[in-house]
Amino acid sequence: MAEETITIEVLRYLPENGAEPEFQSYDVPLRSDWVVLDALNHIKDHIDGTLSYRWSCRMGVCGSCGMMINGEPVLTCAAFLTKYAPGPIRVEPLAHFPVVRDLVTEVTDFVDKLKHVKPWVVREEDKPLEEGEFKQTPAELSDFKSYTMCINCMLCYSACPVYGLEPGFAGPAALALAQRYNLDNRDEGNDERMARLSNDEGIWSCTMVGECSEACPKDVDPAGAIQRYKLAGAAEWWKSFITRKGK
Amino acid sequence: MAQEESPEYDVLIVGGGGAGLRAAIAAYETNPNLKIAVISKVYPMRSHTVSAEGGAAAVIKPDDSLDDHCYDTISGADWMCDQDAVESFVNEAPNELLQLEHWGCPWSREADGSVAVRPFGGMKIKRTWYASDKTGFHMLHTLFQTSLKYDPIQRYDEWFVTKLLVEDGRCQGVVAIELATGRIEPILAKSVILSTGGCGKIFPFTTNANIKNGDGMSLAYRAGIPLKDMEFIQYHPTGLPFTGILITEASRAEGGHLLNKDGYRYLQDYDLGKPEPKPVLRSMELGPRDRLSQAFVKEQERGGTMAGEYGHYVHLDLRHLGEKIIDSRLPFVRELCAKYENIDPVTDLIPVRPVVHYMMGGISTDIDAATVLPGVYSAGEAACVSINGANRLGSNSLTEILVFGARAGKNAAAFALEQKEASSGLQAQVEDERNRLAKLMLGEGTESIAGLRKEMHDTMEEGAGIYRTRDSLAASGQKVRELQERVVNVKVSDASHTFNTDLTAAIELTYMLDGAEAIIASALLRDESRGSHQRSDFPERDDDKFLQHSLAYREPGGSPRIEYQPVSITRWPPAKREYGQQKG
Repeated sequence: MAEETITIEVLRYLPENGAEPEFQSYDVPLRSDWVVLDALNHIKDHIDGTLSYRWSCRMGVCGSCGMMINGEPVLTCAAFLTKYAPGPIRVEPLAHFPVVRDLVTEVTDFVDKLKHVKPWVVREEDKPLEEGEFKQTPAELSDFKSYTMCINCMLCYSACPVYGLEPGFAGPAALALAQRYNLDNRDEGNDERMARLSNDEGIWSCTMVGECSEACPKDVDPAGAIQRYKLAGAAEWWKSFITRKGK
Repeated sequence: MAQEESPEYDVLIVGGGGAGLRAAIAAYETNPNLKIAVISKVYPMRSHTVSAEGGAAAVIKPDDSLDDHCYDTISGADWMCDQDAVESFVNEAPNELLQLEHWGCPWSREADGSVAVRPFGGMKIKRTWYASDKTGFHMLHTLFQTSLKYDPIQRYDEWFVTKLLVEDGRCQGVVAIELATGRIEPILAKSVILSTGGCGKIFPFTTNANIKNGDGMSLAYRAGIPLKDMEFIQYHPTGLPFTGILITEASRAEGGHLLNKDGYRYLQDYDLGKPEPKPVLRSMELGPRDRLSQAFVKEQERGGTMAGEYGHYVHLDLRHLGEKIIDSRLPFVRELCAKYENIDPVTDLIPVRPVVHYMMGGISTDIDAATVLPGVYSAGEAACVSINGANRLGSNSLTEILVFGARAGKNAAAFALEQKEASSGLQAQVEDERNRLAKLMLGEGTESIAGLRKEMHDTMEEGAGIYRTRDSLAASGQKVRELQERVVNVKVSDASHTFNTDLTAAIELTYMLDGAEAIIASALLRDESRGSHQRSDFPERDDDKFLQHSLAYREPGGSPRIEYQPVSITRWPPAKREYGQQKG
């Protein structure tokens, strides 16, 4: 008996040939332990070597293989074919990013946004190594731990309606990353980050629809991070008057 | 764009994982005026450091000692490591981990706020720092985010290196393909650090990510640098069948048991101590990885394992730890089991089998991370210093990338400051390389990439696995040589210049075949059993003949030539490795 198959429809795009993107269909074995990424690898190895996409760890931690599957942003290494049976399964590049080719998106804007929020420990004075570690209780760690779990897969940017309309928006992952450092008791960079983010392209653009947290495969809850930022930002605004008065 | 002048750096780092990023920061700290660049075929946070789970070893607690860490490492390595290198490593480890703590790494903590440590295989005391069970992930992101602070550190993300440029007796840069555009450019540098990771993808069943093809090992090998101790390949005892996803050793350190088909803790029958309800250091499930993986094979031969669709397996039992411990210490294990195996370790047994995990061998360096070719340095899994010898202890490699990454950065920077401008003859080499790659892209070959890769996988598993013999190795060696000849005729079916992953896959295959050939030649000539290198035809360790590092050089025709270099022994004379010794 022939092996059961499922159809994968992949959005193909090659800028060099000038043609518009179009779907191409491939039939792959429908195996219970295969994920969509396995299907793409099967296509690459045995059907069509020209298909381009990113992947690496195949265990949901490198953040490379995010794509749109049937319109939803997901990690293809964790998307079992059987979940989408009988198919067809539509695979497209992550939404809201320019496409380099096929399923490969242009991500420099995202990487620049990470740097924009100063994602490192900011201190007025570095603590010498001889003084040992900073004390940080498990409770203090848990204040920011969930925000450290972001794997930079960018699914939240594909899910975010604001980023889709306003590419200048720092976006969910970058704002969660800012909070990751703000809430770390070793860091003193809150004000510097707030100065950078308290503008239209920062936190105020977020309309709090929460799609980012829905899409996140690592429960980072960027929407929660942004909400905390907004509250802190509003408090800052009032505080700024008090400081001025005191001068 | 293509006409712009070739960029020229003082320090060029190939590979943006933990070792490469640590090296970049160290180079900057050596001299902030240096021009530094990190070139990587993936964005740095995709590097395979990200997958490391269990932790990073360093002496910090008052009940621990540097000598104990040295002894555990050396005995774990079956006396195959250089003891001067191990001492430097152990001495510098605590400050490197502290530095990462100051940079924000979210280490797990004790109730009083100090850094927490957990036990690990082959270590006689708790000394493994951890960030729950995603330690490599947190270290890599901390390093990447911290590196963003240093504007002089430039990055070439998604550039794929195809060649080292060597002229006038020193390395002066690389040739690389920018994946997005396909342009092939020289990137010149006074010193080059190879921190490209290991080459587990030479084998079919591995924890390693798709990117781990031994790029840097092959680049070095082709440039005349020897690969050291390539026969020593670590099988991690607990990988999920089919995917090879790693279930961290921390799961055993927290108290997990390995069970055979009868629910019996079979390790007690393989000279690893007696079963106790609580984990005992350097005993049973906390024995070293080589011994546990070998015990699996013996247990399979005895009929104690279970047959599955993807080979035999045993069970890892975490159920008795309870949901609370599993969620607080091993949340990633639970997530991986749920998402990829559809089981819950709180209530279910986890099927596991040994899986290719780590290369003890690599680009031969000295204690300063320098290779024999002036201007080339190496660190991390790509390199072999050696501190890992015949078997690496879990949680030493994450520390190694920091200690020797920093050493590589510092020493490459110092070397760069003494060099003059680039030689004039490099352009001809660049043109040759452009022509070579253009020819490959013509697509005139007939051999399939996936087909050759599968033949390589099959023969490596067959001939160079956990147990080897002269016959099995000789047969695989012949096969790999045949594949080397056939890969010249490999077919690249994609002619595009935009993100051509067919081209890079073909080149990666050639890198892996170089590694495979070095592995087999080194294993074939080592007529003894030591650590992870087990020869059924030579079951004993032979210190008289083989207390020596193997060095695989590439001959002009492509085949390997093996030389030897004595192991450095300082304070710990070779002795029998003993585990499971119950004291008191």
